[in-house]
Amino acid sequence: MINSAPKLSDKKYEENFKELKPAFSKNSAVAEANRCLYCYDSPCKTACPTHIDISVFIKKIATGNLKGSAKTILESNWIALTCAKACPVEELCEGACVYNDKGEKPIEIGRLQRYAIDNYFSSGMPELFKAKEKNGMSIGIIGSGPAGLACGAELALLGYDVQIYEASEVPGGLSTWGIAPYKVRQEDSLKEVELIKSLGVKIKTGIRIGESISIEDILNKHDAIFVGIGLGESSKLNILGENLGGIVGALFFIENVKKEKWNSVDVGKKVAVIGAGNTAIDAATEAKRLGAEKVSIIYRRSEEEMPANDFEFRLAKHDGINFHFLTSPIEFSGNHKVEKIKCIKMQLGEKDKSGRRKPEPIENSEFSIDTDMVIFALGQQSNKDFLNSIPELKISNGRVVVNEKTYQTNNPKVFAGGDCINGGKETVNAAYDGKQAAHGIDEYLNNKK
Amino acid sequence: MVDLSINCGGIKSPNPFWLASAPPSNSAYQNCKAFEQGWGGTVWKTIGEPVMNVCNRYGSIDYNGEKIIGLNNIELISDRPIEVNLKEIAETKKLWPDRAVVVSLMVESKREAWHDIVKRTIDTGADGIELNYGCPHGMSERGMGAAVGQVPEYCQMITEWVTEVSTIPVLVKLTPNVTNIRYPARAAKAAKASGLSLINTINSIMGIDLDTMKIQPSVGGLSSHGGFAGPAVKPIALHLLSQVTSDPEINLSISGIGGISTWRDALEFILLGADSVQICTAVMHYGFRIIDDLIEGMTNWMEEKGYTSLNEIKGKAIPQITDFGNFNLLHKTVARIDQSKCIHCNLCYVACDDGAHQCIDLIPVNEHNKTQVREEDCVGCRLCAIVCPVEGCISMVRLDNETTTKTWNELMEDFKRENKPLSWKNLAEFQKEHGIVIH
Repeated sequence: MINSAPKLSDKKYEENFKELKPAFSKNSAVAEANRCLYCYDSPCKTACPTHIDISVFIKKIATGNLKGSAKTILESNWIALTCAKACPVEELCEGACVYNDKGEKPIEIGRLQRYAIDNYFSSGMPELFKAKEKNGMSIGIIGSGPAGLACGAELALLGYDVQIYEASEVPGGLSTWGIAPYKVRQEDSLKEVELIKSLGVKIKTGIRIGESISIEDILNKHDAIFVGIGLGESSKLNILGENLGGIVGALFFIENVKKEKWNSVDVGKKVAVIGAGNTAIDAATEAKRLGAEKVSIIYRRSEEEMPANDFEFRLAKHDGINFHFLTSPIEFSGNHKVEKIKCIKMQLGEKDKSGRRKPEPIENSEFSIDTDMVIFALGQQSNKDFLNSIPELKISNGRVVVNEKTYQTNNPKVFAGGDCINGGKETVNAAYDGKQAAHGIDEYLNNKK
Repeated sequence: MVDLSINCGGIKSPNPFWLASAPPSNSAYQNCKAFEQGWGGTVWKTIGEPVMNVCNRYGSIDYNGEKIIGLNNIELISDRPIEVNLKEIAETKKLWPDRAVVVSLMVESKREAWHDIVKRTIDTGADGIELNYGCPHGMSERGMGAAVGQVPEYCQMITEWVTEVSTIPVLVKLTPNVTNIRYPARAAKAAKASGLSLINTINSIMGIDLDTMKIQPSVGGLSSHGGFAGPAVKPIALHLLSQVTSDPEINLSISGIGGISTWRDALEFILLGADSVQICTAVMHYGFRIIDDLIEGMTNWMEEKGYTSLNEIKGKAIPQITDFGNFNLLHKTVARIDQSKCIHCNLCYVACDDGAHQCIDLIPVNEHNKTQVREEDCVGCRLCAIVCPVEGCISMVRLDNETTTKTWNELMEDFKRENKPLSWKNLAEFQKEHGIVIH
């Protein structure tokens, strides 16, 4: 336990974690929907990884056909609420909106999608799609994150019996556990879970494969398997002092925040986040909003190479996060608990394999940062042990290798999608993978008949 | 120095902007408030027969989030006693000698009744009279308003009753709810009217609420057709105005009405021959304060274009109006898309492909589609340029030699001279001769 950050009032916590992009009122949604040009074969649709027919769902908001609008969205993307709130829209649909080229503010597509989907949930999720007749075949899905849920929903409509196995007690994967609460609340993710369940998909939680049930049992029990397990533990640096108290992975920290019991989240007074991706920003911002007095981000490259997108970077700066660019930790020290980070200044050399300039330490540039909590946000390791337990699976760089159209792995009976095949992308990519994989599975089983 | 003053059939005002005879011009309070803010004139809300109004009175049409692109009403003429109105008119005129105070009148179709009210109106010192022959609802059921305006003979007879006693100018307000507005206009002219006001409101049902299935306005669950006005009616008003101002038999001063909200709208009416303009719906939406931009915008436009008085531009657009038979069949334009301005919404493509003549191609280039006109197939209809959201992105380029002309009327004369019947074959010959390809 670190828990040294000053506690805030409940009101202050709620204010700190209130939604960054609030819901539209009816009037503002209709006004924004009317602003949409209703482009044909629109660039926003192309930019959306799930290819939602965006201008069509927006026009349906304008005419008051909200049920139809939700249907248009869900036809392409089952994880529509999380995506509406958490997608990096500036880089996807809204970034492609033709208004950008016109020199005007792009349509607020994310908020409009949320408006339609919020309405769908609040109107009791009326039936939108007719499932095909049951075909008697059964699919097992490992992981109830966006990829698994999307795959399950699509398969249920195709007539399959779908069983999802989830290790956590609460389903939803990273939608439930991994997105900052000021973007997506747990209840949002759980609404999506309910929608998928309403299609007939069964979810067993608290099931660790290899413990309560073996992978062989699952492979035998089902006609095909979809693996949507995401990634594993947060990566570490392998430097001295890494096992001191007060050093945690970003995912562990964010999961704690997602329980929404703000004053019991373990957070330090002086927090250092290692890494500068979107998850690093989430962790840093959340620590600050929980009451940490000083939060620093330590990144070995410069602002230019930083993987976090503009929106996230602006958010971090707005929250007063310190950035130590071109800085690399070399040792953690302290008495049982971390107290200091020894860092070294870096400079950029030649380009490396990733095409980015390689950071190199500058001699005699060591300095120390006082801290009582360190959060690692260097990406996640793959779940090697589990993946290795699946027969015949081909893995490259820790990622499951799949056919890019059918999502079939080297084991014909096993399909995979989401972070475990791409190393960690957006929710929307996982939603797309899961849906496409369902069709890959359907095609595979139909051909097998 | 720009001078906006006008003279409409002998009624003078410092600017062309008058309040139309309607709720905004109902009382001395309102008319004086409008004059304080700069309005050039008012047509006092119609006085005359005893009436009672109902609630509610208005229906609105909103479009794509835009409120009141059209407004209809079932309010009758003034429901305040005639004596009160006449007294207030006299007081208002006394306070505002330089503004036009025109009084709208409507009484039953009896010569004595008209003689009486005309004389009492003149006694107020008003500058003119407007005869309300246009009111389409309520009063027409009682044989007044549009019931007069729709029958040229009644229009002429009653106008004569007025002009034979009036010592001040008389404007006849025309209803658009006729098949040919020139007939009542000519009738007014024959009866020695000084000018015409047009258009009055259009018969309309504004719409039905899909939850309650109620029509607005709703009077305790009942509705009726009302008079439609506001921005949506402007094209109809401009057309009827042009019908009147392009008729050499009429040649009267005109007070233009119908969907005027801005100085731009007002200028369009003047370009089609109006002397003054009357405004109601825009005031009902935003208040008298719009006069500031009306005057300033018009003055700035006049200065920029180098005009000093409205007479210089009055009717300037009328000569363009002609019959279809006088159009040059050899006038050839095609659409051209400025690729540097294109934002890739592809609206021109879908409009042309589904709604016109299939001559825009969608060519995938990198991450966008490129829209490209096949000029040899383009009929020059301009639909693509109209749907394009980017100003100046699609332009119509003239391709003919600009010297050879042939109108339909001329072509028919040629055929007659050459003893050729009008047939598809003979038309095709003409087209072939001039390189016109019909797809």
